[in-house]
Amino acid sequence: MKRRVVITGFGWVTPLGCDIETVWKKLLSGQSGANPTTNFDAHTFPSQFAAEVKNFDLKAFLGTHYDNHKTCSRNAGFALAAAEMAWQSAGLNGGLDVDPDMVGVYLGGGEGPIDFDNFAAAAVAGWNPEQRDLDTVRWAEVAAERLTAVKEFEQDPNCAAGHLACRFNAQGPNFNTLTACAASTQALGEATTLIRRGDADVMISGGAHSMIHPLGVTGFNRLTALSTRNDSYATASRPFDKSRDGFVLGEGSGILILEELESAKRRGARIMAEITGYGSTADAFRVTDMHEGGRGAIAAMKGALDDAGLGPADIDYISAHGTSTEENDKVESLAIRTVFGDLAKQVPISSIKSMLGHLIAGAGAVELITCTLAIRDGVIPPTANYTEPDPNCDLDYVPNQSRQADVRTCLSNSFGFGGQNDTLIVRAYE
Amino acid sequence: MSRRRVVITGLGPVTPLGIGVTEFWNALLEKRSAIRCLQAFDPTRFDSRIGGEIDGLKVANFVHKSYRKAAKIMARDIVLAVAAAHQALGDAGLHTKCLIERGEAEGEPNIDNTRFGANIGAGLICADLPELAEVLHGSSKNGKFDFAHWGSEGINNLTPLWLLKFLPNMLACHVTIVHDAQGPSNTITCGEASSHLAIGEAFRAIVRGAADVCTCGGAESKVSPMAVLRQELGRRLSTRNDTPEKACRPFAADRDGTVISEGGGLVILEELEHARRRGVRIYAELVGFGAGHDAYMAAQPSQPHPDGRGLTVAMRKALKDAGITAGQLDMVASAGCGLKEHDRSEAAAIRTVLGERITDVPVMNIKAGLGNNGAGSGAIDCIAAVLATRYGTIPPAFNSEPMDPDCGLKMITDEPTDARIDYALSNAYALGGGQNAALLLKRFRE
Repeated sequence: MKRRVVITGFGWVTPLGCDIETVWKKLLSGQSGANPTTNFDAHTFPSQFAAEVKNFDLKAFLGTHYDNHKTCSRNAGFALAAAEMAWQSAGLNGGLDVDPDMVGVYLGGGEGPIDFDNFAAAAVAGWNPEQRDLDTVRWAEVAAERLTAVKEFEQDPNCAAGHLACRFNAQGPNFNTLTACAASTQALGEATTLIRRGDADVMISGGAHSMIHPLGVTGFNRLTALSTRNDSYATASRPFDKSRDGFVLGEGSGILILEELESAKRRGARIMAEITGYGSTADAFRVTDMHEGGRGAIAAMKGALDDAGLGPADIDYISAHGTSTEENDKVESLAIRTVFGDLAKQVPISSIKSMLGHLIAGAGAVELITCTLAIRDGVIPPTANYTEPDPNCDLDYVPNQSRQADVRTCLSNSFGFGGQNDTLIVRAYE
Repeated sequence: MSRRRVVITGLGPVTPLGIGVTEFWNALLEKRSAIRCLQAFDPTRFDSRIGGEIDGLKVANFVHKSYRKAAKIMARDIVLAVAAAHQALGDAGLHTKCLIERGEAEGEPNIDNTRFGANIGAGLICADLPELAEVLHGSSKNGKFDFAHWGSEGINNLTPLWLLKFLPNMLACHVTIVHDAQGPSNTITCGEASSHLAIGEAFRAIVRGAADVCTCGGAESKVSPMAVLRQELGRRLSTRNDTPEKACRPFAADRDGTVISEGGGLVILEELEHARRRGVRIYAELVGFGAGHDAYMAAQPSQPHPDGRGLTVAMRKALKDAGITAGQLDMVASAGCGLKEHDRSEAAAIRTVLGERITDVPVMNIKAGLGNNGAGSGAIDCIAAVLATRYGTIPPAFNSEPMDPDCGLKMITDEPTDARIDYALSNAYALGGGQNAALLLKRFRE
């Protein structure tokens, strides 16, 4: 018989705060986490705002463990704080009666923010304008003086997963996946299959990312992927709305504790929901664009439904990838119409990116947590800032007001640059 | 119901020692070294000025004509992966979109694209320094960087698709596009353990039925000023600049660090019945995968566990997964790359797992002539282990004498040595971050 995988705890660090219930209330009331950028001076950039994590204090979360992790990067700190809360909410503070090598980590963790000021200073010093080439000798002199081993190594994308393993003595399988904006949904899906096949009994899984740094914003601004509504940043993220002009860059982390059902039952854990389906595909189309017909997204959703043994009629809520970009929202709507057919207009769909912004590698995990809360409370969070319907997006996006509903089963989508598509199905535990 | 069996039907090494199976394997048997004074940039200011470089790699040789312009948005790491995919898929006789269009495969596609996956390990891809430095310099006044100018004007001098050159998942994305692989796709970023973890995950995807064929492994280039600087900050590099071919000395008593390099490899994993139907050559069977973490010293992520705790877990799990004991192992392919504490940690793990058999079981290591290929190193190690299993020959670790007596391994150090290898274990671990993985290969029998 297939081993079942349940969620027994979760925690998050988001632009709207770090406490699960407080943030959940804010999401249900449509509040925005966006703010004028403070991580760096963005006042001359095309996008001068972001959805930042405010007043983050890692020490407050880690207590006596702080010293072991104090040099970690911003995103690893988010992951540690979210995991600390997840561990507590799973009732694991007293320890876990499972072999440490059956406890693993599967993170969709981003790279740590670059040490930009020092990096830029070395680059400027190293550039030889006469020869129009980098003088690597001069560059290395300045770079060796200004860059430090700790800050450089903590940028490695596997470091956050390493910190989690150290903090919770998780000696089992340890992975980091970085499939762009799909990463944490992929991590949770892979962690689920890993428990099912018996490679671990407990997985600490989710994602963390912060790209609100000069090169991150530069990159997304050059791609024209970000909203530039600097004067109305709180309403800039408008998934599925006709006037959408790009996503709002967010940062943060969502971490879930996944457990094999029997193991969770044995320790009397509170079971919050069950992950029953996972689908992962590649568009194999273009690096820059999604497949116009939503080929990969359709296959990911169908794959997840098949894996769960469910059909479209079983889905009570879709947590959309819904980035607020012209392309994603159109293609995602088309993909949902294709998979759900006649039922497409009946299933409520929303994007909490309208409020939290886009947490990139961290987005999917935070969205899966909101699915779990929607199941718990029988309420669906809204798509905020929705005013003008788009004929290309003609479904029920739960505009602006949260909605009471009997939510038993949710489907959560994440799509990444380069054509990465991942879908999860989470159900009320029975 | 017995579990689906997974075999290896294609190999695509892209290394400073050669591209493709024949060049690569011959170089290992001939004890050649590719380590030389770095030529890609002037390394004068670094303490370590040597490395492994691949010459003359052109994207046009590995993609179909209409895709050539995409080379503009490929960092070196991506080019390595695209080259490796071309080699591996061709080697496996798979008729992919690219190979048919290039006239290198005849006839209809022999693969269901929706059941064709990719899982390619990647490193933290360094931004192209000359490209970025020129634009950053354009936003400076009297040698000082002007942040306001950068935001308002400077950034416009970067190509619009700049960010896409450096996303780690672009290795897999370009490969899936070039070869039309629409199945499960993943990108593992766990340093030198990336390739093994990626191959292990692809193995599981085929076993559980999510795919029939996967191209998997990893690639990375550490040949850049930024990458060398990072490794020097971590005091990881050998300074034997006068004798580059002798610089990388895994498990040797006088080792003084590793050597930067570039390269990668992809292997084609295929469900056994699928491979049989095609009548393709089978190199070996993949029968086990295990992963573990050191969970040791978070404050110093580059410090391995002295007893190789995470690697011990990984090796034992791979054995258990295959349903065999350490007593049945005929070879261990080690990952050691010449770092004092890391080599010692791996040796401790091998001793723990092999127990009394430590004096019998030969240990292979191929880093002497290759250096450290980052996220690509595990795939290259794995390819060498597959070839050793298939041909019954272990290439020598020609820089490992005199051995560090503390390591206590039966290394093959002198000449290629014949051995019947039914089961071989291939190790990998991240130099920083604590991830470990092991793959268990079996000589193919019907």
